[in-house]
Amino acid sequence: MENMNVPKDLFYTASHEWIKFNEDGSAMIGLTDFAQSSLGDIVFINLPEEGDDISVGESFSDVESVKAVSDVYSPVTGKVASVNSALADSPELINQDPYEAWLIQADNIVAKEDLLTAEQYIELIAKEA
Amino acid sequence: MQKTPLYEKHVQAGGKVVEFGGFLLPVQYSGIIAEHTAVRTCAGMFDVSHMGELIMTGSDALNNLQNLLTNDMSGMADGQARYSPMCNENGGVVDDLIVYKFADNEYFLVVNASNTEKDFEWMKKHLFGDVKLENKSALYGQIALQGPKAEKIIAKIADAKNIPQKNYTFIKESNVAGIQCILSRTGYTGEDGFEIYCAAENTPKMWDELLSAGKEFGLIPCGLGARDTLRMEAAMPLYGHEMNDEISPLEGGVGIFVKLDKADFIGKAAVEKIGKTRFKRIGLKIVGKGIAREGLKVYKDGKEIGVVTSGTHSPTLGYPVAMARVNADSASKGDKVEVDVRGRMVEAEVIPLPFYKRA
Repeated sequence: MENMNVPKDLFYTASHEWIKFNEDGSAMIGLTDFAQSSLGDIVFINLPEEGDDISVGESFSDVESVKAVSDVYSPVTGKVASVNSALADSPELINQDPYEAWLIQADNIVAKEDLLTAEQYIELIAKEA
Repeated sequence: MQKTPLYEKHVQAGGKVVEFGGFLLPVQYSGIIAEHTAVRTCAGMFDVSHMGELIMTGSDALNNLQNLLTNDMSGMADGQARYSPMCNENGGVVDDLIVYKFADNEYFLVVNASNTEKDFEWMKKHLFGDVKLENKSALYGQIALQGPKAEKIIAKIADAKNIPQKNYTFIKESNVAGIQCILSRTGYTGEDGFEIYCAAENTPKMWDELLSAGKEFGLIPCGLGARDTLRMEAAMPLYGHEMNDEISPLEGGVGIFVKLDKADFIGKAAVEKIGKTRFKRIGLKIVGKGIAREGLKVYKDGKEIGVVTSGTHSPTLGYPVAMARVNADSASKGDKVEVDVRGRMVEAEVIPLPFYKRA
C-alpha cells in the first residue's frame, strides 16, 4: 500500500470516502485513491440532486466499474449544495484524480460521523491490502 | 484453491489475484479497459492453464465423440479443431468444449476449468467399445496470445512450419522459443490469435519468452476481467451463463453447432422437441445509464420476458452490452426493452449479435 495517495489535510471514513471541510462550514466529499483502485475502471456514476438530504452512514450515490457496483456513503448529515456534473460524462476522472474529482459539496451540516485522520486511514488500508 | 503454473508470475507482475473456478487467477494487471484495448489493437496474453485437458484414444474414439457431442466430428483432418456443446438426455448442456484431432484414434479435448471433473465422469459413464479416456489436465499449462499482432510475435520465436495458418487448426508438435508445445490458432476474444499448450513446468518460461518477444508490439499480460469483456463483445457464450444443464444449445445461441441430421447423440430427441419453443438469445445495447449484469430481469411493455445472462461495459463500443435469454417470440431486433438495474428501469435496445467483429 506504499503507493496509495492519502493527503494529510483531509479526513476519511472506513468505507473509503474522503471529506474536506471548507471555511464556510460546507464540505467536499469524494472517493479515496484506495477506493478507485479497488473498483477499477469506473464507467458510470449516479449522483444525487442539489437540495437532496444526506445522512451519516447512508448511501447518496453509486459508482459502477466494469467489474462491480459500489455504494458511496455520506460521512455527514446535511444537504447536497452542489454536484460535480463533469463526472456524469467522464466518471473516469475519479480513477485519474480521486482527490480532484469531488462527488458532492454538502452544506447545512448538522452531524458528522467519527472521521479518521490520514494516519488512521493509512493504518486501516494497510490492514485491508 | 489451486494455483496455475503461472501464479508466481501474476504476483510478480502486480496482478490482482482472485478466486475463479477453483483457481487463483488475476482479474487484472494494469486495468481491464487498458488490457481489453491492447488485445483489440495490438496483443494481450492470458493465463488459461486452469482449463481441463482430456485425451480420448481407441478405434471407437470418433464413434464416442459423435454420441457425446452435438456437432458432427466426422471429416476432420489431423491438425483440425472443432467446437461443440455436449448435452444431457434432457437437452440441457453439460459443457461446451473444443476437440483437437491428433489422429483417427486420438483426440485432445479442452473443457471449461470448473467442469473438468464433471465432464470426465460424464464422458466415462457413456463410453462404449474400444476407447479410453484420460484426464491430463495437471500435465498442461496454457497461455492464450490474442490480437492483430499475435502472428508477428509468434513468428519471432517459432519457425513458419510450426505456426498454424488457418483458424481452428493446430500444430501438434510445435516448438515456440525452444519449448515443445501444441500451438493452435484458436481463441476466446474475437481477434486472431493462438492458444499454446505446453508442459506445466515449462509454462513460466513460455510466459517470459512471449512477453519478451511481444514487448516491441505492445504486448501486455491480461486478466479475467478483460477476457470477459472481450468474449462479450464477440458474443461468445460462457457455460453457466448462456448455457447450463437446463438450457439447450439452441437456446444458448450455438445452434449452428448442433447437427440434428447426425444419426444420434445424447440429448438429440430432447433438443429437437424443445426446439425454439421456449427461449431465445438476444443482444442488448444499453441505452440508459447502468450496466445490465447477469441475473437482472428484462421487461417489454411492462411484462417480464427474460433475464440477462451476461453483461458488461464494452470498451470498444463505449456503451454497455448484454446477452439475455428471453421467451421465444417476445422480442426481436429493434425492439425497446427495459432492464431492472437495482430498482431502476434502464432502457435497452435489441441489436444483432455479435456486438463486435474484427476487420
